[in-house]
Amino acid sequence: MTTLGVDRKSNPLNSDSNPRSQGNAGAHLSCLGSVIGFARREFRDAISSRWFILYTVAFTVLAVAVSFMSLAGSGSHGFAGFSRTTAGLLNLIMLVVPLMALIAGVGTIAGERERGTLLYLLAQPISRTELLIGKYIGLAFALCCSMCIGFGLSAGVLAWRVGGVGLSAFAMLVLFTCGLALAMLSVGMLLSVMSRRSSVATGLGLFAWLILVFLSDLGLMAGTVLFKLRVQEVFAIGVLNPLQAFKMAVIVNMNASLDVLGPVGMYASRTFGSGLPWLLALVLGVWAIVPMVIAVLVFRKRGAV
Amino acid sequence: MIRVSHVTKRFRTVVAVDDLSFSMEQGESIALWGSNGAGKTTLIRCMLGIFPCEGSVSIMDIDVRKHGKRARSLVGYVPQELAFHDDARLGASILFFAHLRKVNAQAAAIALGKVGLQGHERKRVRDLSGGMKQRLALAIALLADPPIIVLDEPTSNLDASGRGEVVETLCSLRDLGKTLVFASHRPDEVLALGTRVLVMEQGKLINDTTPQGLWPSESRVQTLRLYLSMGTDESAARVLRDAGHAVNLNGHGLCVSVPRNRKGEPVSVLAKAEIEVRDFEILDEVLGDAPDCAEPKRGAQK
Repeated sequence: MTTLGVDRKSNPLNSDSNPRSQGNAGAHLSCLGSVIGFARREFRDAISSRWFILYTVAFTVLAVAVSFMSLAGSGSHGFAGFSRTTAGLLNLIMLVVPLMALIAGVGTIAGERERGTLLYLLAQPISRTELLIGKYIGLAFALCCSMCIGFGLSAGVLAWRVGGVGLSAFAMLVLFTCGLALAMLSVGMLLSVMSRRSSVATGLGLFAWLILVFLSDLGLMAGTVLFKLRVQEVFAIGVLNPLQAFKMAVIVNMNASLDVLGPVGMYASRTFGSGLPWLLALVLGVWAIVPMVIAVLVFRKRGAV
Repeated sequence: MIRVSHVTKRFRTVVAVDDLSFSMEQGESIALWGSNGAGKTTLIRCMLGIFPCEGSVSIMDIDVRKHGKRARSLVGYVPQELAFHDDARLGASILFFAHLRKVNAQAAAIALGKVGLQGHERKRVRDLSGGMKQRLALAIALLADPPIIVLDEPTSNLDASGRGEVVETLCSLRDLGKTLVFASHRPDEVLALGTRVLVMEQGKLINDTTPQGLWPSESRVQTLRLYLSMGTDESAARVLRDAGHAVNLNGHGLCVSVPRNRKGEPVSVLAKAEIEVRDFEILDEVLGDAPDCAEPKRGAQK
């Protein structure tokens, strides 16, 4: 190790790099730079991690398998392969994608907190908001890439066998799946911010997944019977669940109507008409933003502790 | 340069830092001295705005609570517990922090060179020794050439040779006008680097003095590490403090600073108190052999 020869001219006290001399534009660029830095690192960490590779492989294998099974079930060419596969993939997505996104989200802050790396990161010239948003963007990008690999291979199989019939519904499925992943990632990050240990965060994430995937449906059914809820009330409660919003959005895009879902679907189709996909997209958007905003507020108050 | 005013930090019912105030000027080098749990690390984290706290901290007139990011851009920090992403390579790690500190890759390479880590960029962080990680943390702290360096036990993972190199580096930084705040359990370090010592106990500032004020016969001070019977560390520390010794409990035995010609005294004090000393070792070279910079800068002294 050599004795340091620090150039006094480069001392922040004497140069324009003193933050007090920076304008608003400089400060915003500085924020953006930090966010990009965290996003890049989070993306790199995610794509090199075992969980990510495992989920990507599992999702891809399942998506391609569903595509093949859809084709085998049709029995002949000329069948609307993309639409049938979209319906087949819907149930797979509703199980796998929320789990994948929640597990990715809950590991972020709680994991850093447990390893002690969070304290060191927060000692750097960054804000808590930049750290959280950067991590969110990096993970969101990694998740979308992972799903695009699965969907891409599935689409390749279908295009090879049946051409491009129903491709638009499939494209909307990809889009809404990304929306669902962002919503669940946001919930996962909120749980992560609130947890001291990554094991607790993972437990909370799995519990949230269980509630959203299984218990909310059962609860809604039970509530409908017990409280004799009207269709508009059942729809309002159902659409609050991002998974239900996602399912309805995909079905609307396949059939242009929710009549297949019974009276509640018919009510939604007639009441909201062509605005229904937008309403459902808005629900997913709210789920992607609101938990993240709460996470930022909690993280700013709580910090590294 | 740094103003700490009535800072209090509570963790539920435990008061880690209790109404602590001090200020320091540019070029000063302050050592935080005290046993484990005295509140040194918590104070450092409050100063950096990592922990929310009562009271106020300002760095170069920037309120840390309101403008933490701006204040931290003026500070390089070396933590006590070195926490890097183990899977990352050393080169990628320092580039990440260079990005956060808005300096380029060349500055990162220079910083690595300054701490003797050039050529190790391809190594994964998990494969680095404790000393190399400590030097990496120092390189990161020096990246943007900040005017203030805060170090939390900067040599805790280093061997004697590595410790000497780090102290020498920090001395040269201090001589270049950098302001240093460091926590330490080693009298030799405090004497070599510090111009002032803040003695802390149970979160309170109990003495604001100079290294020479704390160890009047510093040229003959050595540190003994005593290995005691199970469960007697706390009572032994109390007995030794009552006898006028500077004592630290650091998890690896009990460290006592003693004049070179009175090394047997702590053992004798403990024997009188019927506390068994199983073993002991002498940790430091005589402080008179400390680097040239042991003499604090006159101009920077309060």
